[in-house]
Amino acid sequence: MKKYIFITTIFASVIITALSCSDDFIDREVQYSIDSENYFNSEQDYKDALIGAYDLLHASFMNVLVGEIASDNTLSGGESANDVVGIQQIDEMNHSPVNTNLKNIWDWMFAGVQRCNYILEFKDKTDFSGKNQIIAETRYLRAYYHFELVKWFGGIPLNGDKRFKVGDEKTIPRSSVSEVYASIESDLLYAIDNLSPTAPQVGRVTKGAAQALLGKTYLYQNKFSQAAAVLDQVITSNSYTLVSNYNTIFENNNENNSESVFEIQYSDAEGAGFGCLQCSEGNVAVGFNGIRNYSGPFFDGGYSFNVPTQASYDAYEVGDNRRDVAILNIVTWAAANNASYGEGYKHTGFFNRKYLARQGDSNIGDQNLTNPNNYRAIRYADVLLMAAEAFNRSGNDVKARTYLNLVRRRAFGDNNHDISASGAALTDFIWAERKLELMGEGHRFFDLVRTNQAATSITGFVSGKHDLFPIPFEEIQFSNGNWQQNPNY
Amino acid sequence: MKSKLWQFAFLLFTAIGFSQSVTVSGKVYDSSTNTPLGGATVLLNKAGVASSAADGSFTVSNVAVGSTLTFSFYGYSSQEFVVSKNETITISLKQDNKAIEEVVVVGYGSQKKKDVTGAVGYISTKTIEQLKPIKIEQALQGTLAGVTVTSDSGAPGAGFSVLIRGIQSNGNNSPLYIVDGNISDPSILNPSDIESINVLKDAQASIYGVRGANGVVIIKTKNGKKNTKSNISYNSYIGQQETTKKLNLLNATEYALLLNESYANGGQVLPYPNVSNLGRGTDWQNEVFSNKAPIVSNDINFSGGTDKITYAMSGSHIKQDGIVGLDKSGFNRSTASLSLGVDVTKKLKVQTNVNYTFLNRKSLSENNLGAPLFNAINTPSTISPFNSTGDFSLVPSTPGFGIEVINPLAQIANTHNDYNIKRISGAFGLDYSIIPDLVLSTKIGFNTSNSEGKSFSKIVNYGGGKVFNVDRSSVNQNAINDNSYVFDLYLTYKKNIKNHNFTGTLGTSNSKEWGNGLFATGFDIPNNSWEFADISLANGLPTAKNIGSYVYDERLNSYFARIQYDYDGKYLLSGIARRDSSTKFGPDNAVAYFLSATGGWILSKEKFLENIESINQMKLRASLGTLGNDKIGTNRYLGLLDGEATYVFNNMLVNGFTIGKLPNPGLKWETAKKFDVGLDVKLFNNQLDITTDYFIESRLDLLIEGLPVSGIVGASAPGGASPVVNAGSTQNKGFEFSIGYNKKLNDNLSFSVNSNFTTIDNVVTKVSDSRGIIESGSFGVGQPLISRMEEGQSIGYFYGLQADGIFQNQAEINAHPSQTGLGSATSPGDIRFKDINGDGVININDRTNVGSPLPEFTLGFNTTINYKNVDFTAYSYASVGNDMVRNYERTLSDLNRLDYVLDRWTGEGTSNTVPRVTTGATNNNLFSSYFVEDASFFRIQNIQLGYSLGNKFLKNYGINKLRFYASINNVHTFTKYRGFDPAATNGAPIATAIGGGIDYGFYPTPRTYMFGLNLNF
Repeated sequence: MKKYIFITTIFASVIITALSCSDDFIDREVQYSIDSENYFNSEQDYKDALIGAYDLLHASFMNVLVGEIASDNTLSGGESANDVVGIQQIDEMNHSPVNTNLKNIWDWMFAGVQRCNYILEFKDKTDFSGKNQIIAETRYLRAYYHFELVKWFGGIPLNGDKRFKVGDEKTIPRSSVSEVYASIESDLLYAIDNLSPTAPQVGRVTKGAAQALLGKTYLYQNKFSQAAAVLDQVITSNSYTLVSNYNTIFENNNENNSESVFEIQYSDAEGAGFGCLQCSEGNVAVGFNGIRNYSGPFFDGGYSFNVPTQASYDAYEVGDNRRDVAILNIVTWAAANNASYGEGYKHTGFFNRKYLARQGDSNIGDQNLTNPNNYRAIRYADVLLMAAEAFNRSGNDVKARTYLNLVRRRAFGDNNHDISASGAALTDFIWAERKLELMGEGHRFFDLVRTNQAATSITGFVSGKHDLFPIPFEEIQFSNGNWQQNPNY
Repeated sequence: MKSKLWQFAFLLFTAIGFSQSVTVSGKVYDSSTNTPLGGATVLLNKAGVASSAADGSFTVSNVAVGSTLTFSFYGYSSQEFVVSKNETITISLKQDNKAIEEVVVVGYGSQKKKDVTGAVGYISTKTIEQLKPIKIEQALQGTLAGVTVTSDSGAPGAGFSVLIRGIQSNGNNSPLYIVDGNISDPSILNPSDIESINVLKDAQASIYGVRGANGVVIIKTKNGKKNTKSNISYNSYIGQQETTKKLNLLNATEYALLLNESYANGGQVLPYPNVSNLGRGTDWQNEVFSNKAPIVSNDINFSGGTDKITYAMSGSHIKQDGIVGLDKSGFNRSTASLSLGVDVTKKLKVQTNVNYTFLNRKSLSENNLGAPLFNAINTPSTISPFNSTGDFSLVPSTPGFGIEVINPLAQIANTHNDYNIKRISGAFGLDYSIIPDLVLSTKIGFNTSNSEGKSFSKIVNYGGGKVFNVDRSSVNQNAINDNSYVFDLYLTYKKNIKNHNFTGTLGTSNSKEWGNGLFATGFDIPNNSWEFADISLANGLPTAKNIGSYVYDERLNSYFARIQYDYDGKYLLSGIARRDSSTKFGPDNAVAYFLSATGGWILSKEKFLENIESINQMKLRASLGTLGNDKIGTNRYLGLLDGEATYVFNNMLVNGFTIGKLPNPGLKWETAKKFDVGLDVKLFNNQLDITTDYFIESRLDLLIEGLPVSGIVGASAPGGASPVVNAGSTQNKGFEFSIGYNKKLNDNLSFSVNSNFTTIDNVVTKVSDSRGIIESGSFGVGQPLISRMEEGQSIGYFYGLQADGIFQNQAEINAHPSQTGLGSATSPGDIRFKDINGDGVININDRTNVGSPLPEFTLGFNTTINYKNVDFTAYSYASVGNDMVRNYERTLSDLNRLDYVLDRWTGEGTSNTVPRVTTGATNNNLFSSYFVEDASFFRIQNIQLGYSLGNKFLKNYGINKLRFYASINNVHTFTKYRGFDPAATNGAPIATAIGGGIDYGFYPTPRTYMFGLNLNF
């Protein structure tokens, strides 16, 4: 019996030992991962995080695509009336707060803000020379995302230099539109002070880009003299010139050209799928714009969205070189090039040629989602027209006409089409010129809204309602009463 | 020591005055084969006094005259013998499959079936032999109450989904699999190596704590028996497979006529002005399906044992081609296994087993838009498979044909998708009797597997603008290494004091799962050919970031205790406690406790029933307890820089680091509360066996991945994700009934009939995000998600418009709320939708519950008849009340249709169910109840007829058994469902419970005709 007691004791102690070494077993290091709250320990850490902040610019393809369709330039298109319902509804101006595409824009732009604020939250953690440049780029990017959000949705929640956390939607109110603009202006003023006129790498932000965006921000607030001043700095810096041949601006071999003030850089080097459009390094809008069932030279196919109207095609004067660059007349093209194509929903016979897929890229699958066409976000021609408008509306028609006619001379290749009007008539000419010069580039809808022309130009547009897009339905629900829906939705 | 005690006992008995003691010796035989049985136990007064040697011989000395000896052997009915004198006797024991079932593995120990107080399902090797499953999960299909098995696809080697008592979690619902005491995926084992499968359905599984919530499937592989001569068994079959169903599609003439009508309705020119010479055209399903897909299976088994050693070895090979694409969706598997048990000393027993599997699988795109079967359905029959030059013909590139629909034969020929896995798994364990009644057990189980995948996409052009066109060839390769081990250490103490019987178990278990994966893509394959498709030869640019990898390391530390008590085998009680700590949760929530209690009352042992002869056993049992679930991704309580940070500087991709998946530091365990009450009854000499259960299971704090959160936190960024949140609960209530009747009518004829019935009522009791809805499941192109999880509804129900007949004329349209809010104008012949919210207009807000993929009840039925040397078995099962969404129609103007459109509306009064056809825009293709079909079915799963050759003939050749059989698997399915396979499902339980039951053209489970033999030496 003693023997049993002895053996039992030994085994009992083995068991007890096993029990007590216990929970140390689950105390293990997380392998090959970096804790987000223990980062920013070196210059490289900041640089790497900055790439993450740039990344969401890729997702702004949706803003450009949907923004253009919302305007009177183009129709929705696609395969059928039910192909991407959100886009179809926006084209018809019968969109509601339940809209996947609007939700994407909200989500993706806020994701950009969040990544900027991740850096800014830790901006004081580690010092190194050249940090101001990185912080300035970060603040420019935050301003860019904020400007998109305020254009689309009006006032939005702001959280300073901190990330939002789950639950903030129930406590942090929507700031007013002017508060958002104040934040954007402050970011851009910091950026202007700390950015170099030339970027350290192609694709990164320059001082000129910050000035141009600040000018645009002022223009959207009708702060014309401030807009004129800052835009004039861009022009007089002589950093930018118009590309002489309009036809070459949008080709893939002429990216980051002399006219490019800020350009979103896309690439065909990585595959993408419909499961995560915002993950694509390519310009997804280009595949959406593409010619349906296309077979022929020069272009690649796509989903036939964003088709220009006959009226847009007809808006160009005879001799305007821009028409056939901005708009592809598929009937003429097919006949001349032995090409074939399909007719999608709301087929007009026209395609958005500036941002159609070109042949010659790597065509990594899904090839409609990986087109490398850079989005020319702010062109020098846009800066000139914004400056022209700002000067005109602040009383300097001479300078306004000069800048306007620079754009027109390039368009027609001569001086015979110069505008000599003044005052309100000149304003109208400048606005009309913006439509023609920037056709297909996603600016038109917001220009119409800010100049109070939308109701007369866009079928179905109701003033006081469609000036802003609705806050996504889900967001209103998440906020649990903290955020009010935009008027009349 | 033991023998001394016995001697003492006998002396005592002798002293009290049993004047005469005698010696009994003899041999024990198997009654049917007359072979000696070694290792049979001889019991006197319930205590073992001897066991038979390998030749069946035994001797028992000093037995009192008048006492009863009991001879028992595992798998045989016991036999009693009353001692009267010194003599040599012959005992013939009869095989009894019921006796095999007596022991049930309940986790860290086993229990006699009559003492089990939980809800346990049991499958024996016999069922597996009859069903001939290619994968183990198929043996559970329709054979057990409360267990449903659905296939994701009928492709060879495709996975099965096993649900125990229905869907509970919105996430992973798959049960825990224990193979020979080791946590291991059984799906790649050879089914003929399996001896038994136990399914723990209720709170009894809480001994497995955090992993037990979805139920536990305990699988025991074959081992040798002590003191048996070596047994060799060889099993082989060959078979041929075909599809069970072809959809009723339009032939070329019907198609052309329909198109003409559709174009006319859309105001367009007729595409086929002359239909007279079109004939039937191409039957694309005949082109795609092979009715001669071969299957060949061989396995061989050796087993046996001496009085100290048991062993079993086996090897197997199976090769199966697919009914679509033959070798292109082919599968082959080779396995080898070894099992060895040694009694090292009287006190120390060791047991080890090792399984090796090599599996190779090729696969085609399945169950999605543009998969080969989807294209076979949609490609018009007017197109011939090959053009005049013998190349694959092209499906036209006009919008009416869509950009996804291509020649399915070309697609199959151009698919190259290869996967293989090599796995070695096993366990090593020992039992040591420290003192009588106290046993220390320890076991190490392990798995290590390496898998490789390779897919090649070649340069191919299916016509302008088709999405499957490839301009650059590429090869995608991955290599994944997965490992796990489990270490268990526990003590079992058994004590009987008078009629009080106790068994206590106390132990600890550690487990770890770790591994890594590497992915890479290379471009520009030499010669655009599979033979050259390897990254080593793919030199095309970019060589940038087309590579990826991951690692994981998850651990679990557990303690458990169980006490089982019974009074005189009449009143049974047990209690279980388990403590788990897991790396899945942050330090504050790492630990969880699970408790359960079970009880049983053997009514048949009570006086008021004891004397009713027809009642052999009646047991009332109940269980109550908690279990857990931790099946979520790794490190979700921590914020890591796992977001995608990729941009383009200097025209090159650059990569950085950024925030990714949002953490939830407060994440905690998902908890299941289970209650079960059951009644087991055996009647009429055990011929009738009835088991019924009623259960209520609540799942709380559901671990919800991807629960939508406000966009301001950036969860939708590349590489981002919502935090995992404990944000919901569900409840399942159900009833299970199974009945078995087996009868031996005479020596030549016996039969058995078994049936089971299960009904489960699922309801979501909470979704605690602000919207109260979780959505998934896509339909058509660009339409909103159609499956929902929402409070008060069953999980994953379908959410869409409610169709309410067809508008017969304009007056009806005018009288009805306007449907233009849906996007398109309405004409007579279009579907009328109900104004669900009553606001006077029909729009997207009028969606409602239009069906559920969950069945109302399921049942299984099987029968076996033996007459002389002939045996017959049939298995069948059914599922009633489950809906499926018809989503395999591309619904474009120029594509083929199912023939139900022949009953379409063509004018007032012609149809009130099928809308008109038109090329114009309509709302008819919006997701509505029109696309939801009743997928109830009854399937005859297997019928088999076997013949065993006579014993006398075989003996001369040393053969114990030679049986030939012919069998048909998946014989026929009775259903109204129009699609390929109503028994298929997608989504649940592996991926997500929401989004199941949507049919893009499932690869149907094949019908297999086979012929085989079983040979035993």
